Amino acid sequence: MGETQIKNLTMNFGPQHPSAHGVLRLVLEMDGEIIDRADPHIGLLHRGTEKLIEHKTYLQAVPYFDRLDYVAPQNQEHAFALAVEKLLGIEVPPRGQYIRVLYAEIGRILNHVFNLTAYAMDVGAMTPMLWGLEEREHMMGFCERVCGARLHVNYFRPGGVAFDMPAGLADDISAWAEKFPKFIEDMESLLTENRIFKQRTVDIGAITPEEALDWGFTGPNLRAAGVAWDLRKAQPYDVYDKMDFDVPIGKHGDCYERYLVRVIEMYESLKIIRQCLDDMPAGPVKVDDRKVSPPPRGDMKASMEALIHHFKLFTEGYRVPTGETYSAVEAPKGEFAVYLVSDGTNKPYRCKIRAPGFPHLQAMDMLCRGHMLADAVANLGSLDIVFGEIDR
Amino acid sequence: MDQALQDYGEYLAMTLSQVIVETTVDRDELIVTVDRDSIVKVLTFLRDDVNSQFKQLMDVCGADYPDREERFEVVYNLLSLTHNRRIRVKVRTDGRRPVPTVTGVFNSAGWFERETWDMYGVPFSDHPDLRRLLSDYGFQGHPLRKDFPLTGYVEVRYDDLQKRVVYEPVRLTQEFRDFDFLSPWEGMEELLPGDEKAAGKEGG
Repeated sequence: MGETQIKNLTMNFGPQHPSAHGVLRLVLEMDGEIIDRADPHIGLLHRGTEKLIEHKTYLQAVPYFDRLDYVAPQNQEHAFALAVEKLLGIEVPPRGQYIRVLYAEIGRILNHVFNLTAYAMDVGAMTPMLWGLEEREHMMGFCERVCGARLHVNYFRPGGVAFDMPAGLADDISAWAEKFPKFIEDMESLLTENRIFKQRTVDIGAITPEEALDWGFTGPNLRAAGVAWDLRKAQPYDVYDKMDFDVPIGKHGDCYERYLVRVIEMYESLKIIRQCLDDMPAGPVKVDDRKVSPPPRGDMKASMEALIHHFKLFTEGYRVPTGETYSAVEAPKGEFAVYLVSDGTNKPYRCKIRAPGFPHLQAMDMLCRGHMLADAVANLGSLDIVFGEIDR
Repeated sequence: MDQALQDYGEYLAMTLSQVIVETTVDRDELIVTVDRDSIVKVLTFLRDDVNSQFKQLMDVCGADYPDREERFEVVYNLLSLTHNRRIRVKVRTDGRRPVPTVTGVFNSAGWFERETWDMYGVPFSDHPDLRRLLSDYGFQGHPLRKDFPLTGYVEVRYDDLQKRVVYEPVRLTQEFRDFDFLSPWEGMEELLPGDEKAAGKEGG
């Protein structure tokens, strides 16, 4: 019998595949059912955010950050707000900081609920997604009550937050935080010890701590590999240094542990939410500097100066002193950072957005090599990819 | 914190004195400008040196300053978990002479450099796979350069007759409006016009 030549098959995964989590075109070189090489083609959702921000004032740039990682919008705004505050040299009043931490943690749970349940759906479990989206509705309701928008909140502004929390909201969040662990338990009862779920995830896409560092992993993906690193602990911003919470880490760095780390992080986020609600002081929510934050509505009806301030802030904006900064926050997906260069005018000179998903997706080739085709889906889901932030 | 960073900056300036052009500490952030051709050496040192231990390359990005002789800056942001410290390394290039790739030092540099090439047209020598990353297949130009217009040059639409997406020059019904808020009468200068004469008289 003559020798048969077997040619590798090149396969297109996406950009319209439902488990591609958006618009990913993954070109896979297949040796039978085994992946030889994975080449992600990104940029199908590229909107030129960085270029647009260079043409907008600092305040007008904030909504662009909602549209990066649209699963947890407030965490992106947080990074930008911190960067601008650092350049301006202002400090947010305590209540503003507490509200920001509170909503950043709500954002983290929003993200983890969506990621974990969508991931479960990728590997074959339908129900968690249906339950999870219902929970997300509650949390997006809290966002709506505080700022009017459910998703693209535009709430964290340089200098504080846009509005104070309305009366009664704190009690409702507190009541929800008591009930929410029940959802996590229900979800875990479907997944954590589920035979099919474990067969699809345990030992799939395992990475060592060294590899994780080399490939620029951050957030839950890095912690699952066993590196105890959390910016909320290591380089605390706002009032994270006053919060008491634990940082879960994994051991094997496989898909299953990335799932587990995120589950435990939700419990830890709830702890922070409760502490925020208990300790939140009264007082202003944004800096009392009319050159940065707008005057209250009431003042504008009576005071000419307030009216002028308002007009100048929303047309010209404020000027930011010359300088540059790299400000990072622990977003739900990892280190989200803004490298902001100011030339002293009212518009950023350069605003580079460091999205955590970008290096994660880059490592797809390394993670998928030698795995089966179905594992590519498991890997992708466990990395927590959202294309809004990767393509920018 | 600031003092430790200052000391570390001096340590770097001493050990890498041949290749470091400038060391500054700005708002508690250490910025080091180095010679372009030795970027691989510098990043390898920063990764492996005991006092540095910058094991993670967080970000590589470009920046465009058209007024300068070497208009592009490539900015590397590194993070050391061991020392809980960040550093920013910069190199400059004019866009023709390439920057050596650091993919051999950090695997994560691959896509970051591809993005910088795509957005700014800064070439990286010896990069294993320097294709465009974010822009369209067959895209012309480098969109984040300051001389690239915000609205771009081409737009796409689906042509029903040809049954495919066609590229056409951008036609805007209204020109993009860029307001100039930096008018000269905006900021009051210390010295009013004419004041210098009065000062001269007094002195004389």
